[in-house]
Amino acid sequence: MKIKSQRDFWSGLMFVVVGVVFAVGATNYSMGTSARPGPGYFPLILSILMALLGSFVLFKSLTIEVEGGDPIGAIAWRPLLVIVASITVFGAALPRLGLVITVPILILMTSLAGDEFKWKGVLATAVVLTVGSWAIFVLGLKLVIPMWPWFVG
Amino acid sequence: MDLLGNLALGFGVAFTAQNLMYAFFGSVLGTLIGVLPGLGPVATIAMLLPSIYSLDATPALIMLAGIYYGAQYGGSTTAILINVPGESSSVVTAIDGYQMARQGRAGAALAAAGLGSFFAGCVGTVIIAAFAPPLTELAFKFGPQEYFSLMVLGLIGAVVLASGSLIKAIAMIILGLLLAQINTDVISGTARYSFDIPELTDGIGFVVIAMGVFGFGEIIANLGMPAEHREVFTKSVKGLWPTKQDFKEAWPAVLRGTALGSLLGVLPGGGALLASFAAYTVEKKVAGASGRFGKGDIRGVAGPESANNAGAQTSFIPMLTLGIPPNAVMALMVGAMTIKGIQPGPQVMTSNPQLFWGLIASMWVGNAMLVILNLPLIGIWIKLLTVPYRFLFPAITLFCCIGVYTLNNNTFDVYMTAAFAVVGYVFYKLSCEPAPLLLGFILGPMMEENLRRALLLSRGDWGTFFVRPLSAGLLAAAALMIVIVLLPSIKSKREEAFQEE
Repeated sequence: MKIKSQRDFWSGLMFVVVGVVFAVGATNYSMGTSARPGPGYFPLILSILMALLGSFVLFKSLTIEVEGGDPIGAIAWRPLLVIVASITVFGAALPRLGLVITVPILILMTSLAGDEFKWKGVLATAVVLTVGSWAIFVLGLKLVIPMWPWFVG
Repeated sequence: MDLLGNLALGFGVAFTAQNLMYAFFGSVLGTLIGVLPGLGPVATIAMLLPSIYSLDATPALIMLAGIYYGAQYGGSTTAILINVPGESSSVVTAIDGYQMARQGRAGAALAAAGLGSFFAGCVGTVIIAAFAPPLTELAFKFGPQEYFSLMVLGLIGAVVLASGSLIKAIAMIILGLLLAQINTDVISGTARYSFDIPELTDGIGFVVIAMGVFGFGEIIANLGMPAEHREVFTKSVKGLWPTKQDFKEAWPAVLRGTALGSLLGVLPGGGALLASFAAYTVEKKVAGASGRFGKGDIRGVAGPESANNAGAQTSFIPMLTLGIPPNAVMALMVGAMTIKGIQPGPQVMTSNPQLFWGLIASMWVGNAMLVILNLPLIGIWIKLLTVPYRFLFPAITLFCCIGVYTLNNNTFDVYMTAAFAVVGYVFYKLSCEPAPLLLGFILGPMMEENLRRALLLSRGDWGTFFVRPLSAGLLAAAALMIVIVLLPSIKSKREEAFQEE
């Protein structure tokens, strides 16, 4: 068997797996009856539908010829990993280090995701955005965000 | 006249200094993100949701609405000047608008787009004011069966009229519905799919999903593409007023575009994108051999631009009257209303008349502001186009992060968003449209509640959905839509219509 459409094959597989996982999960909750549906009733119906649709997409991807094979193409590993890592670091750092330190860290990190990295530009952006986000979010919108690291405040 | 009385109330609300300010702010921000490619209204509205905690409901919604229709104006500017549609609804505008700009008629194209949009916006506002009350009345006759069927119709409609594979889109809806099942069951109090993580028992915030998938997913996808070369027609914008000949050609196109857009906007899944595609096709047909389409025909700008603005306006109708969002932006508006403690649905008009009519009136005000903003200030917007993406994406990332964090002052949400950024990129790579997922996610809890209530009332008889005439009609309409789309002749037309995307 040859895969005729890469994108459809993998999305079909994703749908089937998600459907099965949710269906197995739904069996942990009470089904109830049609007259008195329990918490597991609706999720079970949905996950079965999901798995069915997924297998249909999967079946199609193996049988119907698509021009060019619909390849997924190169994965942009660098932006993907850098952005995800930056968000995670932001979440971990903000409550401990405060806005003043976290924002420059985030800007420095995310800037690594692009093709170009120029120190001058990145540092300028970091300064502007740190001041800007303080002005907009803390001063303007009066949101409660830690400003300084724990050892200062 | 009820209509006049209501509109008077609305304008009274819209013309207070505070609300004018927020309408202005929203429109400017909308134009800004419309001009900047790589940042859409969905991500922006999601980003701003936390900020509305400190606002009243009316100014908050006025601002968010301004962002949505402001983006339609801004999107056309980039489409005409640099052949990069800032918004997906301006894709067709780029075809003829860019050609006009290359011939030195950028001013005429921008004016046609701006004035056409303004006219369409005015008509759209009147249509909302006229049609919302009767629809609301109808909605009060709805039982849980009707609501369930209506949501089925809404979700199916949303994917039938969208681009891409139909089955995958339906699967994405169901994925959204399933993700919405991660919560505590309202009826029995059972925590579902929470894996004993306390944050998950409250469910995943829809801002987390919207931001992860639409905001970060898009950034990663944009960065993965090679930097493109852009040709900006900055200097050639002069002679803003179209010639007499331009006017003569453009106004029928504006009328047709407005009519088409208003109609398509109301349909579930409609809104701006579909309206502009349909209008372009119609204009091409109407012009026939006399048209210079693809070579800078003003009708190819005026028609779709009027249509997308009219569609953007009238897509508020199902959201405001039935509480059912027809597209992803409206889904976020529903979320915004919920944050402000307003249950979306037919009762909004009677329980919050100030909000309802004020929002409608503010759309007209906002449209008027946009014409003023866009035509004379076009130079400023063009300047913005020269800001490189390497300055933009760290800023977008930062605002998204702060937005998610402040939503609940919770870092768990930030980590979840990081996870959904990966999911969003996977969707992008597998060409799975994320918008249906968001709709399903928003409607999930409502759908389950209505389904279970209907089954409870009918003692477990699924036939109840087919026996009640209104409910049966809605389901039949949904089935009909699927059948029509699957017909071979329509199917090829549909693929043709979306191939330019």
